[in-house]
Amino acid sequence: MTDLFTTYTGNILQMLLIALGYLTFFAVAGLLLVWLERRIAAFFQLRLGPNRVGPFGLMQTIADALKLVSKELTGTERADKFLYNLAPYFVIITALLALAVLPFSGQIQAFDINIGLFFLTAVSSVGVIGILLGGWSSNNKYALIGAMRSGVQTVSYELSVGLSLLTMVLLTGSLQLSQIIEVQKDGWLIVQGHIPAIIAFMIFMIAGTAETNRAPFDLVEAESELGAGFHTEYSGMKFAYFFLAEFINMFIISAIAVVVFFGGWLSPFGITDSIPWLGVFWFLGKTFLVIFLMMWFRWTFPRLRVDQLLTLEWKYLLPINLFNIVLMAVIIWLNLEIKF
Amino acid sequence: MEQIIFYILAAIIVIFAVAAVNSRKILHAVIYLLFVLASVAGIYFLVNYNFLAALQLAIYAGGVIVLIIFSVMLTHNIDAQLEIASLKSKLIAGALSIGGMAVTLYAIYSYQFNSIENHQAIEVSDIGLKLLSFERGGYVLPFEVISILLLAILIGAIVIAKGQHLIEQEHKQNQQKL
Repeated sequence: MTDLFTTYTGNILQMLLIALGYLTFFAVAGLLLVWLERRIAAFFQLRLGPNRVGPFGLMQTIADALKLVSKELTGTERADKFLYNLAPYFVIITALLALAVLPFSGQIQAFDINIGLFFLTAVSSVGVIGILLGGWSSNNKYALIGAMRSGVQTVSYELSVGLSLLTMVLLTGSLQLSQIIEVQKDGWLIVQGHIPAIIAFMIFMIAGTAETNRAPFDLVEAESELGAGFHTEYSGMKFAYFFLAEFINMFIISAIAVVVFFGGWLSPFGITDSIPWLGVFWFLGKTFLVIFLMMWFRWTFPRLRVDQLLTLEWKYLLPINLFNIVLMAVIIWLNLEIKF
Repeated sequence: MEQIIFYILAAIIVIFAVAAVNSRKILHAVIYLLFVLASVAGIYFLVNYNFLAALQLAIYAGGVIVLIIFSVMLTHNIDAQLEIASLKSKLIAGALSIGGMAVTLYAIYSYQFNSIENHQAIEVSDIGLKLLSFERGGYVLPFEVISILLLAILIGAIVIAKGQHLIEQEHKQNQQKL
């Protein structure tokens, strides 16, 4: 037994360090995104936003996090304590699992499996369980309604996310994320696939915004109707977990969009191909551009009604998506892709 | 290393399977079942069968469990507790599961397993080609049969959801048009 442990101590230590790195990234990216959202919201509403704590108010979210840590954890009477405490971890852990397969650059990727894209959609479909449980176990009717809405929304829009990615898989011929980026050395997929790729990108962004429960699809936590929706009864760090997970999910959706449509860590026209480590900056830069697009949506469009939300998915996005897959297949069949 | 992880996963599966059967709150039982299914996915990852593992996560954890949670949320109150099964039914269920385990163990131990040299992870494209191949060992017939079954289920669901009353109304309207 001791032999076994000494053989694998190095291995385990390495895994722990990688896990620690990802956790740090998770926390820092979450805090940065919260700050970014507040600054962008302020920009759209002609305000300044957080600007007192630290340069450009960068330390504001750290101060907020410290406040949340020191807050009391409250709960409702007759709540299902076991599920109530478990729910935030579901949301956090699925978000972390998805981060593992993202290729930050040619070298930085924790888990490069041959079904990367499918793994991402599979894991993201588990995250909704946390929201459902949180809403149910709070023993609060607004939380329950919020959770039910979220379940309906996620189950419906998962279809569109999966199908729009499938359209692009026709072009790449692989589900492995590193392979998908390799294919894009002859031009990003949004250029290679031109018309159907652009349609797929638009559908992916709409469905991705709905999957992360962000405005204009934030019926889950519609303040004017439901208080704060499924996390009404959560306080302190448990609330912070839900909040962080929402922002990390936004990062993940944007990162998938960058990997599948905009060449991942590849530089535009290969201008920095000789310096491989610059890939991280290209990847993060593109991802933040897509995140900005999602924040732009949020502060521009008004919220949809529940029936409008479901009509949009089942009567418009799904048929367009199915047609789009056929269109993409025809284009590949006739060799009409644009390659450099 | 693999052995240790396997034993940890196996222990999780056994413990939570028993917990799922014995829990008195139905949603707790569902979550224990989720842990069992996720650990099974972990075992698939361990034997490098990533595709099946992701399917397990997407279909069972993301699909079936979400559906069960939905139906529980719609029908159960937070205070509802399941009744405890009587000793007699517990004994019968225990005997049946031991019998089932005996059959499975007998099948496993009477089969000669060969280890494969140069094992490769299975590509998704291979599975797709196999599903649509009509040569020897192809799966095109079961694939088509399943698609017809799914179509029948979809139509059935729509008819049931519409309800008898609405169908009759529509029928009358159509006759009037004619």
